[in-house]
Amino acid sequence: MVKAAGTFGRSGSHDYILLRASSVVIFLFTLFMIGFFASTANVTYEIWSGLFSNLWMKVFTLLTLTAVLIHGWIGIWQVLTDYVKATGVRAFIQFLFSVGLIVVWLAGLFVLWGV
Amino acid sequence: MKKYTFSVYRYNPDVDNAPHMKEYTLEVEDNQDLMVLEALIKLKEKDPTLSFRRSCREGVCGSDGMSINGKNGLACITHLSSLKSDKIVIRPLPGLPVIRDLIVDMSQFYQQYEKIKPYLINDDKTPPARERLQSPEERAKLDGLYECILCACCSTSCPSFWWNPDKFVGPAGLLHAYRFLIDSRDTATEERLDELDDAFSVFRCHGIMNCVNVCPKGLNPTKAIGHIKSMLLSRAV
Repeated sequence: MVKAAGTFGRSGSHDYILLRASSVVIFLFTLFMIGFFASTANVTYEIWSGLFSNLWMKVFTLLTLTAVLIHGWIGIWQVLTDYVKATGVRAFIQFLFSVGLIVVWLAGLFVLWGV
Repeated sequence: MKKYTFSVYRYNPDVDNAPHMKEYTLEVEDNQDLMVLEALIKLKEKDPTLSFRRSCREGVCGSDGMSINGKNGLACITHLSSLKSDKIVIRPLPGLPVIRDLIVDMSQFYQQYEKIKPYLINDDKTPPARERLQSPEERAKLDGLYECILCACCSTSCPSFWWNPDKFVGPAGLLHAYRFLIDSRDTATEERLDELDDAFSVFRCHGIMNCVNVCPKGLNPTKAIGHIKSMLLSRAV
């Protein structure tokens, strides 16, 4: 068995399940947003902030941001292990992306907190 | 007479600084159709330094896998007429180190094959006196799996194998892995799955089906890999 510590899941099948499950969440959020913009003719600040002041919307958004974090982490790790062979360079790029994904998640959390 | 132009990958590390393509021409009678291997043998008569592997010359031994007009295949069962071009480009199997001309070092390919333990494991304390019997249905599950001749056409057409030949088992190895996973006489199913349940060995396959496209025996490694993934996932959830 190949040992890999850089990815998110505990095993190959865990990574696989996390990727698919997170993509379902991201897809549902995308679908919801398309539906929202299609059904709302004039998106004003009040409508937008009103939408995100709902507890369910905050949970849905944070859930999607968590899905993006997991999906992005595993996906970037897979691409980097394919194409970047120098371990130091790969670790550095993985670090940048992982930190970036966590920053996006934290920023989303604080934005939602403030609505 | 029909005239074919061959552009053949040449590299002799003892003499050449870098690989290069060499042009050859070959004339074939109008009513005659050669296999690519026969054409290469005729070219070798003109230029004895041209090197390639071949043995059975009938698609059974798997020695003469090579890239023919950009697609991996066995030279001995590929008709010149099937290439639908009088310009033929021959290169070694991609992704493996070249030893000389069309001869590649298959060590990495065989190491992956060795990793999946390609033999029957049975811990039955009291083996049957004569043989381990299978029902016709159990035996039928091995069809489409046991026929692989390890020519490496599939694994060397797979980008996942190009990028991680030391970690990803590759389509050929995984086809054999499933052949033993599904064998009713094999008792090491759990141990075999344990060995495959990492992020590379099986799951680096993204199902692009290059392996299915090139397999000279018409086998479907992607389908076998799908079955292995299902077995791994059904134990995981």
